[in-house]
Amino acid sequence: MSQNTDNTPGTADDFQGLVADWSADKETFAMPWGKLMMWIFLLGDTFIFGIFLVGYMAVRMAAVDPWPATEEIFSMTMFGHEFPLLLIAIMTFVLITSSGTMAMAVRSGYMGDRRKTVLFMAITALLGLTFLGMQAYEWATLIFNYDIRPWGNPFGAEQFGAVFFMITGFHGLHVLGGVIYLTIIARRVHKGVYENKGYSIVEITGLYWHFVDLVWVFIFAFFYLL
Amino acid sequence: MTHVAIADQPEEEEHHPTSFIAKYIWSQDHKVIAIQYTIVAMFVGLVALVLSGFMRLQLGFPDTFSFINPNTYLQFMTMHGMIMVIYLLTALLLGGFGNYLIPLMVGTRDMVFPYLNMLSFWMYFLSVLVLLASFFVPGGPTGAGWTLYPPQAILQGTPGADWGIVFMIASLAIFIIAFTMGGLNYVTTILQARTHGMTLMRMPLTLWGIFTASLMGLLAFPALLVSAIMLGLDLLAGTSFFMPALVSLGEQLDHTGGSPLLFQHLFWFFGHPEVYIVALPAFGMVSDVLSTHARKNIFGYRMMVWAIVIIAGLSFIVWAHHMYVSGMNLNFGFFFATTTLIIAVPTALKVYNWVLTLWRGNIHLNTPMLFAIGFIFTFTHGGLSGLFLGNVIVDVPLADTYFVVAHFHMVMGVSTVMVLFAAIYHWYPLVTGRMLHEGMGKIHFWLTFLGTYAVFLPMHYLGFLGVPRRYFSMGDTAFMPESAQTLNASISVFAIIVMVIQVIFLVNLVWSLKNGPRAPRNPWGATSLEWQTPVMPPAHGNWGHALPRVHRWAYDYSVPGAAEDFIPQNVPQEGSGRPDDGGQEEVKA
Repeated sequence: MSQNTDNTPGTADDFQGLVADWSADKETFAMPWGKLMMWIFLLGDTFIFGIFLVGYMAVRMAAVDPWPATEEIFSMTMFGHEFPLLLIAIMTFVLITSSGTMAMAVRSGYMGDRRKTVLFMAITALLGLTFLGMQAYEWATLIFNYDIRPWGNPFGAEQFGAVFFMITGFHGLHVLGGVIYLTIIARRVHKGVYENKGYSIVEITGLYWHFVDLVWVFIFAFFYLL
Repeated sequence: MTHVAIADQPEEEEHHPTSFIAKYIWSQDHKVIAIQYTIVAMFVGLVALVLSGFMRLQLGFPDTFSFINPNTYLQFMTMHGMIMVIYLLTALLLGGFGNYLIPLMVGTRDMVFPYLNMLSFWMYFLSVLVLLASFFVPGGPTGAGWTLYPPQAILQGTPGADWGIVFMIASLAIFIIAFTMGGLNYVTTILQARTHGMTLMRMPLTLWGIFTASLMGLLAFPALLVSAIMLGLDLLAGTSFFMPALVSLGEQLDHTGGSPLLFQHLFWFFGHPEVYIVALPAFGMVSDVLSTHARKNIFGYRMMVWAIVIIAGLSFIVWAHHMYVSGMNLNFGFFFATTTLIIAVPTALKVYNWVLTLWRGNIHLNTPMLFAIGFIFTFTHGGLSGLFLGNVIVDVPLADTYFVVAHFHMVMGVSTVMVLFAAIYHWYPLVTGRMLHEGMGKIHFWLTFLGTYAVFLPMHYLGFLGVPRRYFSMGDTAFMPESAQTLNASISVFAIIVMVIQVIFLVNLVWSLKNGPRAPRNPWGATSLEWQTPVMPPAHGNWGHALPRVHRWAYDYSVPGAAEDFIPQNVPQEGSGRPDDGGQEEVKA
C-alpha cells in the first residue's frame, strides 16, 4: 500500500500536505475535542436553519395570496413618526454588540483574567436577554396590534405569520439556550473550575454565540429586507 | 496552555463505577451503552417484524383474520417501516455497533464525551417509549405510511390522525436529538481520539463506514426535524406549510396555499441519505468480516474508503428519484436519474472489491462468513433492481408496485440485516466472551437466506404485473391473474417461516451466554485493535495502563514469511530498525 509516504503534519504545503494533515495519527485537527464537537454541531445546526430558510422561500413562492408588505408591518412609531425597521435595527445592534463582548470574554479567558471573563460573559448574557425582551415586544406587537397569527393575518398570505413565528421563535430558543449556556459556564469560570483545564470552554461557548448571531443576520436579511 | 492530543494525555486516575446502577443503568461506559442500544433496538425490531407478519397474513389470506382491517393494516405498515428504518437499523448500527467498536478500534478508553453518550441512549429509549405509546392512544398509531406525506397524514380519515401522528412526530424529534448527541460523539472520537500510529488511512473500513454515516446523519436529520416541526405546526397550530386549500369529508378546511411537494422534498432530502446512513456502516462491517474470514487483505482498501466517501456525497443530490411520479420538471428527472445512476459506480466498485477479496482467499465458511457472502448476493440483487427504478421511464410504470417493495427490502432491509447477523456472530465472542453455537447459526443462515429470496424474489414479478403496494386487499381486478393471489399466499407462508426461524437466533443469543464454549482470545485471528485488549471481554477503560500503539493497517492477513496468518495492528514492523515514532514508519510494500 502506498498510504504512508510522508505523514508528518504540516510539512508540505501542496495537496499532499493537506492529505497528510488529515490522515495524521492521534488527531485530525489540532484543537481540543470540545471545540471540534461544537464546530460539527454548528455544521448540523447550519443545515437546520438553512432548511428552514429554504422552506420559507419555497412557501413564499408557493403562496397563493400576495405576501404582506413587510416595511409597513415592521415599522415603529416614535415621536409621531413611522420608522421602518427601527426596532429590528436596534435588536440587530444589540446582538452584534453581544458578539463583541463575547470575543472580549474569550480574550480575557485566554489571558487568565477570571474576573473580566466572568464580567464580559455576564454582559453578553444580559445583551442576549435584552434581545429576547425586544423580540417578545415585537411578537406582542405583531400579535395584538396587527392581528398576525400563525394561521392567518389581515395583510395577505397566511404563511407569513407561520414562517415568521416559526423561524424567529426557533432562533429565539437558540438565544435563550445560549443565555443559559453562558450563565452556566460563567458560573463555573467564577468558581475556578477551569483553572487547570484551560479556558477553551469560553471559546467554545463563544463559537455557539457567534453562530446564533450569524444566523440572525440571515434571518434579518430574508425576513425584513426582502 | 498548549493543547495535548487525547492519545498523549497522561492517564487519569480512573474511577471504576461499583454500584449496579452506575455500572449498568446510568452507565457512561461506551460498551454498556452499546449493549443497551442493541437490546432496545432488537426488541423494537421484533415488534416491527411481528407487524410485517400481520400484513403478510392479510395479503396471503385475505379476510381470514378479523383483527386486521384496512385501518389497522395501514397502521401496521407505517409502524413496520418507520421502526425498521430508524429505530432498529439506524440505532443498532450506529448506537449499538458504533458505540461498541469506535473506541476499541481507534484505541482509546471511551467516547470523548461519555456523559452525552449516556444521554443519547436515554433519549433514544424515550423516543422508543413515545413511539410504542402511540399503540395505546385513542385511534392507535398513525397509518400515513412511513413517509408521512401530507395532506393525508394529518387529515381526518387517516388512521391515527388524532393522536398517533402527534406521537410519531414527537418520537421522531426526540430520536433526532438522541442521534445528534450520539453522532457528535462518534465523529469527534474518530477524528480526535485515535491512538499513536492510527492514521485515518489505517482505520478498519468498519470505522470509515460508521464515521461517514454519522456525519451524514448529522447533516440529513435536520431536514427531517424541520419537516416534522412544520408538519406538527400544520396539525396543531393550523398553519399551512404543506396544506393547500382542500375539501375533506365534505368540509372546506381552513388551509390555503401550502405546498405538499415541499414536504416530499424535505423528507427525501433526509430519506435518501438515510438509506446510506444504514448501508455505509454495513458496507464497512461486511468488509472486515469478509477480509478476516477469507484470511486475505481487503482488495483495494484506498478505493473502498473513497467509494464510501463518494457514495455519501452523492447521496445528498439524488433525493428526487423518490418523487418521479409526484410531478416535476422533466429536466429535474433527467438530473436526478443521472446522479442516481452515477452512485452505481462506487457501489459496484465495492461489490467487485468484496468478490476480489474472496478470490483465492483461504475462506472459512463459518456463520459470520456465510452471512457476509449472503450479503453480497442480496445486495447485488437489490442494487440491480435499483438501476431499473433509477430511470424515470422505467420507474413511472413500476412506481408504487411490489417491484419497489422488493427492491428496497433486498437492498436495505435484507442486505443490512444480513450484515447485522454477520456482525453479531463475528463480535459476540468479543462482547460476551462466549462463542455462539455454530450449528444453530448455520441453520439460521440457510433458512433466512433462502427464505428471504422466497419472499422477495416473487415480489418483483408481482410488481411487473402491476400489483400496487400498500393496498389492504387486491379485490377483483381484471389485470391481476388468479395466480397473483396464489403467489401472495406462498410469499406469506415463507415470510412466516423466516420469522419463526429468527427464534433460533434469539435462543442462540441467550443460550450461548451461559452455555456457549468459552471464546479463546481473538478467536477469528483478527488484526484490528478491538481484539487486542489486555483482557477479553474488554474491561472498563479498555486498555489497562497504556494505550496500544498501531504500526500497520488493519489487513495484514497471510503476509508471506510471517509466523501466523495474521499480524495485529499493534505488532511493530519487523526489521524496520527505527524507533517507534508514532505511526510514521513505513508500512510494508
